[in-house]
Amino acid sequence: MKKSHIIGIVVIAVAIMIIMTTAGDASTYVSFGEAIERAQDGNSTKVHVVGRLKKDAKGHIVGMQYDPLIDPNYFAFTLVDTNRFEQQVVYYNPKPQDFERSEQVVITGNMQNNVFVADKILLKCPSKYVEKEVTASL
Amino acid sequence: MINTLIGDLGHLSVIVAFVAAIVASYAYFMASRQSVQESGDTSWRTMARGAFYVHGVAVIAVVFILFNIIYEHRYEYYYAWSHSSNHLPVYYMISCFWEGQEGSFLLWIFWHVALGITLINFGKKNKVWEAPVMATFSFVQIFLTSMILGVVIGNFKLGSSPFILMRDFMTDAPVFAMDPNFVPQDGTGLNPLLQNYWMVIHPPTLFLGFAATLVPFAFAIAGLWKGKFTEWIRPALPWSHFAAVVLGVGIMMGAYWAYETLNFGGYWNWDPVENAVYIPWLVLVGAIHVMIAYRRSKQGLTASFILVITSFLLILYATFLTRSGILGNASVHSFTDLGLSGQLFTYLAAFTVLAIGLLVYRWKEIPSTEKELSTYSAEFWVFIGAVVLCLAAFQVLFTTSIPVYNSFLGFIGIETNAALPADQIAHYTKFQLWAGVLIAILTGVGQLLWWKKANKNSFKDAITMPLMLTLLFSALVIILSNKFDILPFKLDNPVYITLFVTSLFAVFANLSIILGLLQKKITLSGGAVSHIGIAMMLIGILFSSGYSNIISQNASGLLYSREFSDEINRDNVLLWRNTPVQMDKYQVSFRGQFQEVIGVPGYVNKELLFPTADEYKAIARGDIKVKDKLYFKTGDTLNLLSPENTFYEVAYKNDEEEFVLYPRAQANPNMGLLASPDIKHFASKDLYTHISTIPDPSEEKDWGELKEYDVKAGDTLIINDYVAVFNGIERIQQVPGVQLAGEDVAVQADFKIMGERKNYHAHPVLMIKDQMMGRIPEVVEDLGIRLIFMNIDTEKNQFKIGVNVTQKDYIILKAMEKPFVNILWIGTIVMSIGFVMAIVRRNQEGNSGEGKAKAKSKKEKEVQVA
Repeated sequence: MKKSHIIGIVVIAVAIMIIMTTAGDASTYVSFGEAIERAQDGNSTKVHVVGRLKKDAKGHIVGMQYDPLIDPNYFAFTLVDTNRFEQQVVYYNPKPQDFERSEQVVITGNMQNNVFVADKILLKCPSKYVEKEVTASL
Repeated sequence: MINTLIGDLGHLSVIVAFVAAIVASYAYFMASRQSVQESGDTSWRTMARGAFYVHGVAVIAVVFILFNIIYEHRYEYYYAWSHSSNHLPVYYMISCFWEGQEGSFLLWIFWHVALGITLINFGKKNKVWEAPVMATFSFVQIFLTSMILGVVIGNFKLGSSPFILMRDFMTDAPVFAMDPNFVPQDGTGLNPLLQNYWMVIHPPTLFLGFAATLVPFAFAIAGLWKGKFTEWIRPALPWSHFAAVVLGVGIMMGAYWAYETLNFGGYWNWDPVENAVYIPWLVLVGAIHVMIAYRRSKQGLTASFILVITSFLLILYATFLTRSGILGNASVHSFTDLGLSGQLFTYLAAFTVLAIGLLVYRWKEIPSTEKELSTYSAEFWVFIGAVVLCLAAFQVLFTTSIPVYNSFLGFIGIETNAALPADQIAHYTKFQLWAGVLIAILTGVGQLLWWKKANKNSFKDAITMPLMLTLLFSALVIILSNKFDILPFKLDNPVYITLFVTSLFAVFANLSIILGLLQKKITLSGGAVSHIGIAMMLIGILFSSGYSNIISQNASGLLYSREFSDEINRDNVLLWRNTPVQMDKYQVSFRGQFQEVIGVPGYVNKELLFPTADEYKAIARGDIKVKDKLYFKTGDTLNLLSPENTFYEVAYKNDEEEFVLYPRAQANPNMGLLASPDIKHFASKDLYTHISTIPDPSEEKDWGELKEYDVKAGDTLIINDYVAVFNGIERIQQVPGVQLAGEDVAVQADFKIMGERKNYHAHPVLMIKDQMMGRIPEVVEDLGIRLIFMNIDTEKNQFKIGVNVTQKDYIILKAMEKPFVNILWIGTIVMSIGFVMAIVRRNQEGNSGEGKAKAKSKKEKEVQVA
């Protein structure tokens, strides 16, 4: 065979490997229900969950726990996914400062012993994406 | 009062620029036709040049008008209100210019004007190329100018104008219903993450790189169009080098900005916005190598076309990714969609179809040779290098485009829920690390074959010395790091050892080339210099990322649950004010909050600053000195620079040295906590410190119950476990921020409190003003104490003092060491120097017209190692 053909075959093989690895590594957006099923099946791969913070009738956040004086690396909260399933989430990092003002939260992690352990939190605050309000005082 | 004239002028200038681009494009197209070229008729070209010059003048007018709107604080315009504010220094006003989508498009358009005029002047000496190249240039300008046109035709809106008025943009705001001529007093300010030196120069550099990739693309299209399949490479080659070096430097400026300002924990995070620019850079570098190989061996012409065209199309794709909003959940710093996604897609599609169509149409006419390359020919290994670069680019492209697949499949009705990999660093490193290894090997082998005779024996002779030096040096480093603790890590990971050894080989092989070429001509070694720079970057990335060491491990004895032990992340520590904490080999303590004062170098302790109603002004509580020089006296009014920024003084101390860092944090109302690290640079490592969180300033401080004490002069109290001595009272003539009239009286109590590190003086004030009693408490932040002068008992000569105590101030902090990160930055500089040498050489070569000059090869690559 010519060297160019050999190189072509190798390139195609590497490209296929790249595609398969990407498909294998890609995460998915799931609900908590599916995350729980995965954990029960022994599947510990990390998934993305999109949800909102649980709030009471007055709009206050319910189920949030962060006390840096006890431990700065432990933050817990309750997230409600798009299927209205409520789940406790634990994040082993300081609480993000604008967490209370988040409209939507995207977490990455997996279920461990009835708790969703998140290692990444992406926040969406209304003030970041909603048009800014202008008032006469400005 | 609203000034609509200047905005109308700006808008008119955009329209003029748009129309002129259309005229220039059409005229250059006509000037490119065969019959016009043969007849020597220059009227079309003259018209085209005139139109392009008009376009250029109009673009410059737009630039000046927009800058004027920002500089003069014309907040009736939405762009100025949204991206700037009253107290920005001029250099950050320049950043405001391109913070938004419209401004950054304008920057790109401006660079195209500059390059276009350069090409027109180049064309005056090479008349064949001006018309077809500039036709493509002007065609691109039509699309880009349309992005900022802001013209509404029926239900269709074309572009987003930077000159839109607030009242037109926010038609629902009640304030404009009441007063259509309302103008805000201040803007909402530049994004604080962009208030950094590197963010003043990174975008213009990056956009110059974007613009420069159009030049080789335009030459390639001109070559296909006019049937000059081989001649386009010579003029395009120096421009390709220019685009690659500017784009590469722009990427690294962004990496350094992230390093200095963001708190990802480093300079590269494989964020889709970062990836989007990295991909075309890899392909462009591959294109350069193939073009150089063609110049020497006349092989690889088709590949040159493919790669040059692909790198430009990937720039358009990068633009689509970052500006269309399609990245949505996947990136922390893409632009939000301004309704331009349709136009962006059209822009991308138009040039993709044009370029691929032309390439397919001319495919059979492109000369190619059937000769098989010898394994010992340099060109063979250059092609292999280009292949590796393209595969590396493909891996990043394929993964980064996951949101696009979701969007496309959604468009055709298929529901998908794919997300980017949960651990992006691990995912990309899988391939990019090995691509780095291959590139390192190929840079050495390719260079040796390029400059030596291409046969087996000659190659063996050439490679012996670099191989021996590589083995010797790498063995030395591996032994030193594993057996003796010379280095801060143990180089024992086989994968890392492989990358280190191959990078060293690249350095020594290219050094031997440089030494050989010194006897001939120094400018020939630009490629070898760039290769050494890339190898240094690989080594710097390997050490600073692969052996990054978090030293702020939380050592509190708390256990949540044994089930979480493997997942636990204890990377942050809590520092109470003035209480040292052991962190790795340092004693670390948080000492206080500081602010920047105009006219004072460094930072000023907040305790010395008495706030006023104007947040940009403060009154000095005491003399302000830096190194025994007095800058301000007690009572002076100070001007604050960016009062929203607080710098936290963190002192590091070990047996050998002490130093202080000032990481910054800002509790921004729109974006939450924004932390920027402070970095201590050592020769062999950087120590990187940033604030993870601070007490929420919007929460009222939780003061304990008020305790009252009756004291006499000389009495001693115990307050919050601190010893405090009451020295007595004294009448004062001035109270900061209060105007005392003739009959008003003010008295202050004088306390001395013994803290852990120093004594504190506190002076709560009791005053009678306008027949009413007023109290001004004094807060000692360091100790968590508030003192209130409540009353005077003149009969018993006693004084009543109120005391509140609270939790002391604290910060939560993360610190890490990055070994040998300087090698990465130095490598970037070396690579750029090599590119510049190559540009100079190619330019001279192009001018002299020598057809047999020896070319040289380069393979560069940047890779993330983790």
